[in-house]
Amino acid sequence: MAVTGVFMSAVADTHAQDHHHGPAKGFSRWLLTTNHKDIGTMYLIFSFAMFLLGGSMAMVIRAELFQPGLQIVQPEFFNQMTTMHGLIMVFGAVMPAFVGLANWMLPLMIGAPDMALPRMNNWSFWLLPCAFLILVSTLFMEGGGPNFGWTFYAPLSTTYGPPSTTFFIFAVHIMGISSIMGAINVIATILNLRAPGMTLMKMPLFVWTWLITAFLLIAVMPVLAGVVTMMLMDINFGTSFFDASGGGDPVLFQHVFWFFGHPEVYIMILPAFGAVSHIIPAFSRKPLFGYASMVYAVGAIALLSFVVWAHHMFTVGIPIVGQLFFMYATMLIAVPTGVKVFNWVATMFRGSLTFEAPMLFAVAFVILFTIGGFSGLMLAIAPADFQYHDTYFVVAHFHYVLVPGAIFGIFASAYFWLPKWTGHMYDETLAKTHFWLSFVGMNLAFFPMHFLGLAGMPRRIPDYALQFADFNMVSSVGAFMFGATQLLFLFIVVKCIRGGKEAAAKPWDGAEGLEWTVPSPAPYHTFSTPPEVK
Amino acid sequence: MRVHAQRAGALLGGLMFPAWSMADWTLNMTPGVTGTSNEIFSLHMTILWICVVIGVVVFGVMFWSIFAHRKSQGAKPANFHENTLVEILWTIIPFVILVVMAIPATATLVDMYDTTESEVDIKITGYQWKWQYEYINEDFGYFSNLATPRDQIDNRQAKGENYLLEVDNHLVIPVGKKIRFLVTANDVIHSWWVPDFGVKKDAIPGFINETWTRVDKPGIYRGQCTELCGKDHGFMPVVVEAVPEEEYNTWVAEKKEAAERERQLTQKDWTMAELMERGEKAYQTACAACHQADGSGAPPAFPALKGSPIATQDMAAHIDIVVNGKSGTAMQAFGNQLSEVDLAAVITYERNAWGNNTGEMVTPKEIFDYKNQQ
Repeated sequence: MAVTGVFMSAVADTHAQDHHHGPAKGFSRWLLTTNHKDIGTMYLIFSFAMFLLGGSMAMVIRAELFQPGLQIVQPEFFNQMTTMHGLIMVFGAVMPAFVGLANWMLPLMIGAPDMALPRMNNWSFWLLPCAFLILVSTLFMEGGGPNFGWTFYAPLSTTYGPPSTTFFIFAVHIMGISSIMGAINVIATILNLRAPGMTLMKMPLFVWTWLITAFLLIAVMPVLAGVVTMMLMDINFGTSFFDASGGGDPVLFQHVFWFFGHPEVYIMILPAFGAVSHIIPAFSRKPLFGYASMVYAVGAIALLSFVVWAHHMFTVGIPIVGQLFFMYATMLIAVPTGVKVFNWVATMFRGSLTFEAPMLFAVAFVILFTIGGFSGLMLAIAPADFQYHDTYFVVAHFHYVLVPGAIFGIFASAYFWLPKWTGHMYDETLAKTHFWLSFVGMNLAFFPMHFLGLAGMPRRIPDYALQFADFNMVSSVGAFMFGATQLLFLFIVVKCIRGGKEAAAKPWDGAEGLEWTVPSPAPYHTFSTPPEVK
Repeated sequence: MRVHAQRAGALLGGLMFPAWSMADWTLNMTPGVTGTSNEIFSLHMTILWICVVIGVVVFGVMFWSIFAHRKSQGAKPANFHENTLVEILWTIIPFVILVVMAIPATATLVDMYDTTESEVDIKITGYQWKWQYEYINEDFGYFSNLATPRDQIDNRQAKGENYLLEVDNHLVIPVGKKIRFLVTANDVIHSWWVPDFGVKKDAIPGFINETWTRVDKPGIYRGQCTELCGKDHGFMPVVVEAVPEEEYNTWVAEKKEAAERERQLTQKDWTMAELMERGEKAYQTACAACHQADGSGAPPAFPALKGSPIATQDMAAHIDIVVNGKSGTAMQAFGNQLSEVDLAAVITYERNAWGNNTGEMVTPKEIFDYKNQQ
């Protein structure tokens, strides 16, 4: 993929030993690499593999829910599928995809030669396949894999969990270590390796959102490690953190989990905010509206994300004062989120718009993420949440923020930067087909879930009452369509790597940023000499 | 007002889109039958319309840009990238809308939390996978199990009208009275939900949550467990029957009498055949969900009983595990869940069914004595 020996002025300098700088050959190139581009590529490939694995589990779920009655799987296995689907998509697909984008793009965007801590970078990646090997292997253990939902509420996951739970805990610990090291690397890179002249308020938004995301990761991944460690103690060492008969409290689990879990949902969306803030101006041929307010809004969202966790727990019986606090704080998040949406729309307003695949995904991102935001606002109204809570309305809500939010953000980024990565333009017709099939499939799959939830269908059930049958069938058809479409993405990317129209250094006429000053494909080493930012 | 406007809208929609007015294509939350559920419905509609209006404005501007400001239409890009006034406005206006929204939400929440001055108190306990209802002022209680036959779930039989939403024993409440529910659980967390009441509360082992309702319209109301609680989470419905007060009082009297009769059954002399017959029934409701109807279990979480040492060897150990459960596992203590008669019947059944032909039986009296010795 990377072509050696092609250096443009920004990177050429006088390198007598240029030939030492090319990638090694064979498997050891990937195993031992400390190159941010190689590691970024591995993260992206890994996350796409996980996306397909987690997606095929979703297909099992939707196939079982195609009709009422138990047809394909039994409830025990169904619960393992919902649990593993959630865990794999969150920790295996979305988060590593953003780390992959960060690896590729942060050094290119800030004019750095590589990540600040390249060896640690290698280790953070290679921990991930190990963690997921352990996690997925639990499916083949006696008693099956995790079956308690991706939120693994105690005591269902402790006293009543399958024997493989300890392996699950170990896998979560390893993922956590990987994420924390990745976050440290991002912070060290951004704070230390920016090109001269690039002040904080001149940083590209993707850099800003990743910086804030990295701080969120460092703040909450240890909390996740703490809660799974408490589980480990309860299961294997006779403690009673979450067992009332030993003086513990099952609700404590939920408080600790969601103290991690709520910032976690912003970890999965903030980098997408950043990427979209590059793509929309590029295809509107107009600067981003309200750069400073975008930065402050992301900061505000990140801070607020620490004080809203109990809105996931409105029905557990917290006192009314707590209930009110978490309701108000949650509603407040709508303000900075609204600012971001208004800014994107204002950026498009009076631009000169074209709709290549990155822009299509970005515009769909803004519309559909906003719909997910609306249902989020509805869920924030605590009294109404008593009706919405743990129904398909919630499933619809978080799939609207995660699929057209995080995942469309990733697709938009991939198409936007593929020419930079591969040196070739992707097939625009196929990419647009990918977009429209994904768009229709995704809405068909998830929009009816709002209706199902409002009609009273609880989430995480393998079988349902007859009045839910019609919309479930529609939803399953949409899900199959969305799932199958993703194979097309694989085809498009492979095709783009293997050939296609040569990409210019700056293939999008409205694009801004240092990454477009290096040739396409980006040479194996870039910015050995830092560029000057004015 | 708003509720009426919505109903009118729904009617109009129903006339315009006949297929969509069928029950199976329900699009929206229903107002329910209690004050709480109506208030929630009204909040839901208010916030929904606020979102719709904001959506129309924001997406309107966006779509207008998409159509009017395309490069292919010859649009030349402007170069503005900030406007302090606009940015302040679109920060403050949403904030004001939120404050306006928070006021009625707060009022409803305060009302929902007011569990004082109840007239009937019912303790609800979640079990894997059934509900127990105890009328704590009347000194009786019972379990409520899924009544949908297994054959319907496995598609060997046509599904009934209330598929998965039907139980053997309804929770019966009087209309027009404030009912307080004390919600807890025996094993894992469950959540008790009746959409028509606007009541949902988590049932947490070791803690008691309070909630309340007042139903004015007699009828049967159906809901489900809404917190993932293990393999049969989808199979533990809630069915509440609201009846006029007189009917309720008669029902309570009957229930108390039946409870008394049940207690007397302990003293009766039971034969093996009687115990086996009763044991099979009790086994199906209390044990079969985990240990399976044929005693084969689902190892390792739920061991087989067929040919197991517990069910074929030492009787005392068998009684102990059924009455007291086994800590650290999914095996519950059935001592307080089942009557002495049912305990004796189940144990006898397990020791003699599926080829466990021990020929041994235990009588309700023996169980009674065993429990008293503890």
